[in-house]
Amino acid sequence: MIRIALKMLFGDRAKYVMLISGITFATLLMAQGMSLFCGLMTWTFSTLRNVSAPVWVADPMVEQVGDNLPLRDTDTDRVRSVEGVAWAVPLYQGNLQARLADGTSKLVTLVGLDAATLIGAPADLLAGRIDDLRMPNTVILDEYGVERFSAGRERPIGVGDVFEINDREARIVAICRVHRSFTGGPYVFTTYDRATQYAPNVRKMLSYVLASPRDGVSAEVLARRITGETGLRAFTESELMWSTIWWYIRNTGIPINVGTIVIIGFIIGAAISGQTFYSFVLENTRHFAALRAMGASSGELSAMLLVQALVVGFIGFGVGLGAVAFLGTNLLRLGRVPFLMLWQVPAIVAGAVMLIVMISAALGINRIARLEPAIVFR
Amino acid sequence: MANHGIRVSGVDKSFGRGEARTTVLKHTDFGAETGRLTMLVGPSGCGKTTLLSIIAGTLQADGGEIEVLGQRLDRMGANAVARFRARHLGFIFQQFNLIPTLTALENVSVPLLIQKVDYRVAEQKARDALAWVGIADHADFRPAKMSGGQQQRVAIARALVHDPPVILCDEPTSSLDSENGRMVMGLLRRAAERPDRVVLVVTHDNRTYGFADRMAEMEDGRIHRVLETQQEIQRHHPVGV
Repeated sequence: MIRIALKMLFGDRAKYVMLISGITFATLLMAQGMSLFCGLMTWTFSTLRNVSAPVWVADPMVEQVGDNLPLRDTDTDRVRSVEGVAWAVPLYQGNLQARLADGTSKLVTLVGLDAATLIGAPADLLAGRIDDLRMPNTVILDEYGVERFSAGRERPIGVGDVFEINDREARIVAICRVHRSFTGGPYVFTTYDRATQYAPNVRKMLSYVLASPRDGVSAEVLARRITGETGLRAFTESELMWSTIWWYIRNTGIPINVGTIVIIGFIIGAAISGQTFYSFVLENTRHFAALRAMGASSGELSAMLLVQALVVGFIGFGVGLGAVAFLGTNLLRLGRVPFLMLWQVPAIVAGAVMLIVMISAALGINRIARLEPAIVFR
Repeated sequence: MANHGIRVSGVDKSFGRGEARTTVLKHTDFGAETGRLTMLVGPSGCGKTTLLSIIAGTLQADGGEIEVLGQRLDRMGANAVARFRARHLGFIFQQFNLIPTLTALENVSVPLLIQKVDYRVAEQKARDALAWVGIADHADFRPAKMSGGQQQRVAIARALVHDPPVILCDEPTSSLDSENGRMVMGLLRRAAERPDRVVLVVTHDNRTYGFADRMAEMEDGRIHRVLETQQEIQRHHPVGV
């Protein structure tokens, strides 16, 4: 009977294509929306990913990694004095304008690292040497910065080229590959002291103190200990990441926008598939009635409809997810759109597609359950 | 005493409610024996198809007894009736009711697949059935590629493939020209030659009356006359084939 069900489904090509299209479109919208959301969320804590440290110590009012509520320079030493700290270094983070040779300005995210250790320096260098960052007026620019700063130039900007931040020279000594920032500005890495010179002078400049626990002390324990002893707010990397994500969820319209896309995807998928499947069942009512007259039970007919709906759901989901993966891969290659398909995305979309399929099948099964096989004699 | 493959006694059936209620069968008695082709004839709206549906177990009577092959269908549950139909009844419909996306071979296999017969066995039996109705060479054709006569032959093969002792036909020739109608009735006549088989044909196509062994005439929800021989049929319906 399953074979008959599949033949009935595949034989009605127009309906079959329509059903697949409905599920594919729904999958596409939902998976794309969720992957963009996940990608966008990863952009919100790019600094965390680019400057990795077990413990991040900040002002008590800081809620997310982009908050700029500076600490006093002496706070670094206060953190160092906490029992269980292996090392603690200062970190500057701020958004500044970089001025190029042609006079144009670009927003950049400036990161100032501890000059002695260069803890948090980018690991993936495409050109240049990290140690050259210790030379005067030097910076490391990310590859996105190269792309943005090179617009209108005869050759791409590179190692040895110069631009200005706050009227001070910034000479590129290395090009790195890092994660994109939420603000859209390229990352510029330099030393902490130099960053405080580039940035407009204010009384407090220290954005974070990065710290690491000694062996035998967990990052969580150390963070609680720093918070308790200094009155500052210490996060583990994971805590700051989630705090940042929740801040964006609570304080921006991103979840509503993405949620709307996902809900629309679900509704469109359910409407197209439900409607098409129901009309498929209606058109085949006489044949289902004939099968029933020939002795097929309601359970067998329901199983046939369920198989048809599941097959459509499975194929539509596969095609839709494949399209999203293809689209996402190419968007990632362009590097301009946030896209991250976590394993949870296909799992959630599969659940939603399953729900659509079940709704569609239920409509058909309800129709078949009320079917009078005697209609075949009319 | 005649062996009643089908026995219907005191069956009532009405449709609708209140003032719109229409009584179609009025305490109807009817019987069809094995080894004979019985025709149930009468004008449109007299209740032939309703009676056939009740005998087939696809429609429930309001009252009365329905016995097919010694089994009381009116006492069975819906699933038991469905199982009974699958094993013992073969159907030929006016509108063929072949599934358009299946080939002739697959359509004929359906009753066996409903009985969970292995697909290969079902396919072989379906080929044999198609050969029996003379269209083995159309096994891979879909209904849309076949003429009405060929489609009805496929439907007959489908009705016979699981070797049922009861074959119920609803106006099997009304969609066909006279040549195809004769051919279809010839096949049904052959099918009825088996001594343990009941073939019941509901029709108002008087061109086919010559194929009947026995005829029950229905009018206004009741069987008003039964003609027990072909001679009697010829006498009362001289227009027959």
